[in-house]
Amino acid sequence: MAENLIEVRDLKQYFPISTGWFQTKPLKAVDGVTFHIRQGETLGLVGESGCGKTTVGRTMLHLYTPTAGEIIFEGKKLMTREDIRAYRKKAAMVFQDPYSSLNPRMTVADLIAEPLDIHRLYKSRQERREKVLELMAKVGLNGEQAGRYAHEFSGGQRQRIGIARALAMEPKFVVCDEPVSALDVSIQAQVINMFTDLQEQMGLTYLFIAHDLLVVRHICDRIAVMYLGKIVESGEADELYKNPMHPYTKSLISAVPLPDPKMARQKRRLMLKGDVPSPLNAPPGCPFCTRCPYATDICREKMPEMAEVSAGHFTACHHVDQAN
Amino acid sequence: MALLEVKDLQVSFFTPAGEVKAVGGISFSLEKGKVLGIVGESGSGKSVTAYSIMQILEKSGKIVSGSIRFQGQELVGAGEKVMKNLRGTRISMIFQDPRTSLNPTFTIGHQLMEGILLHTQRNRQQAWDRAVEMLKLVGVNEPEKRMKQYPHQLSGGMRQRIMIAMALACEPDILIADEPTTALDVTIQAQILELMQKLQKEMGMAIIMITHDLGVVAQMCDEVIVMYAGTICEQGTVEEIFYNPRHSYTRGLLRSIPTLEHSGRLRPIAGSPIDLLNMPQGCPFAPRCEDAMKICLKKRCERTAINDRHYAACWLNHKEENGGDDG
Repeated sequence: MAENLIEVRDLKQYFPISTGWFQTKPLKAVDGVTFHIRQGETLGLVGESGCGKTTVGRTMLHLYTPTAGEIIFEGKKLMTREDIRAYRKKAAMVFQDPYSSLNPRMTVADLIAEPLDIHRLYKSRQERREKVLELMAKVGLNGEQAGRYAHEFSGGQRQRIGIARALAMEPKFVVCDEPVSALDVSIQAQVINMFTDLQEQMGLTYLFIAHDLLVVRHICDRIAVMYLGKIVESGEADELYKNPMHPYTKSLISAVPLPDPKMARQKRRLMLKGDVPSPLNAPPGCPFCTRCPYATDICREKMPEMAEVSAGHFTACHHVDQAN
Repeated sequence: MALLEVKDLQVSFFTPAGEVKAVGGISFSLEKGKVLGIVGESGSGKSVTAYSIMQILEKSGKIVSGSIRFQGQELVGAGEKVMKNLRGTRISMIFQDPRTSLNPTFTIGHQLMEGILLHTQRNRQQAWDRAVEMLKLVGVNEPEKRMKQYPHQLSGGMRQRIMIAMALACEPDILIADEPTTALDVTIQAQILELMQKLQKEMGMAIIMITHDLGVVAQMCDEVIVMYAGTICEQGTVEEIFYNPRHSYTRGLLRSIPTLEHSGRLRPIAGSPIDLLNMPQGCPFAPRCEDAMKICLKKRCERTAINDRHYAACWLNHKEENGGDDG
């Protein structure tokens, strides 16, 4: 089994929210998550909006300084500024919205070369240009378009520019934050295939954050399901789909509309009542207890521990037996 | 007689860069109590079709030709007075983004009652009661309290429920839903779709469901229209479209989405979306079609019947007749 490339332990990210003069309350966006990603693997992070999945991605890259917890990259804990600086050369991010994540005043060549400029990774203008063209070819863009601006491209092409930018440093680890959700279906498949190809060519390791469960299931080796800042279930992608254990995962999977009229109409749905509570007043026990059909008093008081239900399949629920 | 009949509808936007033919001559009809799905990518003209039926196009957009008949009454050129009486009472619409389609400066109650007071004979007290009744119907908890709240105090799913309550308050014959669940999470999407199905059965209205999500179509619709670059590629019953697609764009779409059973590489549709300012002469999909023939680049295929409930506009269905023309 491959080694862990990156590991996070009990990662917490709180944001202070002002509640009055000189008074703040912590918004627990990420509240103690622990997971690892092996070399060359894709871990999918799924959950609904506001569950903290994007914050996990950003905190992992130290775009936010974690409130608590450890990030261990290639077996070494990130401690000092030098550690983080070195780590940032090896870790990159692809953002969700290809329309707002590219500076409209920069040409494609400048956008892609920006990370190279920052870390001074070329000796001459000629070398810079060559690197840009090589990256453009890698993501399927025409090198002749290097002098153009982002607005001249379609959504799918812009996302390719974003990917080329992320790959400029030849990273080992890439956080992909909803990279295909803003794209049309026919373009989505092109970009998904490109992610798979690049992973094979460059030996990349991905954290793939998304809410589209069919896409995640397609691209990921393992999946972690988040709810209100906590991971409630994780396991191999196939296993998680066939045997979801946590009531939240069950309802999430049963809510996916299947592109097949007969299956879609026969399917039994586990409907959830109500909405996700605000992370500002999350329940003290299990985060899901307000919507869970099996919730009892213990759920409202105590957060269940992660337990292994089968090899590599973990879930945090007091009533696993009852729910299944 | 069909409830709604659209014939040869052409809609163009006149922009500084030239005429954009957003909808290029489409025809379809909607029967009472049916759910019609319109699928397509961004820029395929699906929303413009809906906006044309409601006649709420932007200033630069014009219905160039064609007719839209609602219960036999012609709507194109009927004038604002006629439309005002139809909008909200006979034909209602819900929009994609529940955040921006409610007015942040008025209470939910005010916005719900506005339409009821305008279109029915009810007085303020009766309108209030009707609004509360509608909120109950769409599953909003504590409806009396919600009536006094402002949109920002509610979640996205709740706001979309309120949009639905507003659209249905006057019991319309047709509900046009433009990507009603795209901005919502899956579990909330499932709730909203179920609610729409339930209300559709109870109230017997017809729904036009505009979406890019084939999963939503499979679950909700009786009939489907597949649009590409302002034209209809294929239309038919939901079973025909999913199990017997006869246009290469539909086939490509169905192949390119990940499914639960099948793993391995996806088969995307090659190329980029079409530029509506430079439409090709032949079939608009031909530049991206794997099976394109010579005739596809030259001439647009007319709509042909596959059977009595299924139509497609693809030269591949005429391959035998044009045998010598291939390649």
